[in-house]
Amino acid sequence: MGWLTKTLTSSIGKKVLMALTGLFLCTFLVVHLIGNLQLFKSDGGYAFNTYAVFMTTFPVIKVVSYVNYALILFHAFWGIYITYKNRQARPVGYAVNKNSSSIFSRSMAILGLILLVYLVVHMSDFWYRYHYEHLPYVKYTENLTTGDITTTAMDEGYTQVVKKFEISDVAAGTKTIIVKDLYKVVGYAFQNILLVLFYVLAMFAVSFHLIHGFQSAFQTLGLNHPKYSPLIKNLGIWIFAILIPIGYAAMPLYFYFLK
Amino acid sequence: MNITLKVWRQKNQNAKGALETYKVSDVSPDMSFLEMFDVLNERLVTEDIEPIAFDHDCREGICGTCSMYINGRPHGPLEGVTTCQLHMRSFKDGDTIVVEPWRASAFPVIKDLVVDRTAFDRIIASGGFVSVNTGNAQDANNLPIGKDQADKAFAAAACIGCGACVAACKNASAMLFVSAKVSQLALLPQGEPEREKRALNMVAQMDAEGFGACTNTGACAAECPKEISLDNIARLNREFLSASVANPEV
Repeated sequence: MGWLTKTLTSSIGKKVLMALTGLFLCTFLVVHLIGNLQLFKSDGGYAFNTYAVFMTTFPVIKVVSYVNYALILFHAFWGIYITYKNRQARPVGYAVNKNSSSIFSRSMAILGLILLVYLVVHMSDFWYRYHYEHLPYVKYTENLTTGDITTTAMDEGYTQVVKKFEISDVAAGTKTIIVKDLYKVVGYAFQNILLVLFYVLAMFAVSFHLIHGFQSAFQTLGLNHPKYSPLIKNLGIWIFAILIPIGYAAMPLYFYFLK
Repeated sequence: MNITLKVWRQKNQNAKGALETYKVSDVSPDMSFLEMFDVLNERLVTEDIEPIAFDHDCREGICGTCSMYINGRPHGPLEGVTTCQLHMRSFKDGDTIVVEPWRASAFPVIKDLVVDRTAFDRIIASGGFVSVNTGNAQDANNLPIGKDQADKAFAAAACIGCGACVAACKNASAMLFVSAKVSQLALLPQGEPEREKRALNMVAQMDAEGFGACTNTGACAAECPKEISLDNIARLNREFLSASVANPEV
């Protein structure tokens, strides 16, 4: 395995690891956005809260999520290491320097650091609280004939051992589900204008990071082609650097202005 | 034309350098940038000041010896031009021009504007060659090569190894240089015998010399006097990665 270590620690190999982990994190961005679009449903958080239970209990997702956390940390610290090594390659700078590269490509490290800070805030806002703090519970009663769902907040002190309590009463024609009300926590958090601003600004960092990052990953992997490289570039800009950050930024803005 | 120059002066590799200001008057707009330095140096000699050391050789844009970082850009303000082919008409009367050496830990300053670029020679020696059979030259048409392929190889072979890519890169990365040297041979059948070893050894030597890693900013290709394309870097990545996987040496 000596050759593999040698390959991955060469200057090209180091970047390949950045590219592969970066592209994995891009797929995570897509999945996380699609899942969280359920925040926009006006169902008292039913879809979102049951989705949160699924995401934190289904074994395959749990494994993938821990791989994801590990790769985020790897991407961040490997990036810091590469940046540090690259700085060493020019100990004395220029007195005058006109950069002929894009500001995005030159700011990957600082944008990445902003995103790391954002992720710490984001994880402690929701992930940590969902897993380790006492959250309010909510009861959804579904009328099995009509499909109507009534939402009832549980008492403040209410707690349960299972993540999702589900019982069907055939005689009454109802199904009752009691889960943690993460939807309410999200809605409450985004009443804070400072947090909303921070989240929106962080999405600019995502956008700027991916304008360069997405296409750069393909170049690093040697995947360039006159036919497909323009496509990759456009995909990176329009989907990953514009559409996806807008989708994410819409969530805090939706709760602040419309809820 | 009257020009104010701010030039990096440094006695030797270990000395601490600084920018020094020189006024140059009666500069002809038709002078090359290096001729303007010649004129200044002649005057400095008469003033008992040590002339400014700078690298130059062919002065026709093909040897890759000249290396000046002019007003924040390698080889100055023009696209696809070396310092020796830059003329004073590209500047305005009264301009202040800042001239610095290439900056990279792998290119230590020897004196003033002269840097040690032997790191490039060592990279070439590690694999930038082909095995050649002795005897008569074979018939030219023995090796049919498509025009497209030949053009790509030639475009890569246009690299003169001046080091502007390293100078322009924020990471002082030599990837454009190495990629051009690997590409010109990887694209042709003559390069086939040493193809894998070439990519592996040249990248290993590049890393050993202390150049930074490529972050695909594209500054190198934008500043290259021979307009070497970033496609070569993608090709080097492919060559290196496939050689790493396929080469039987453990």
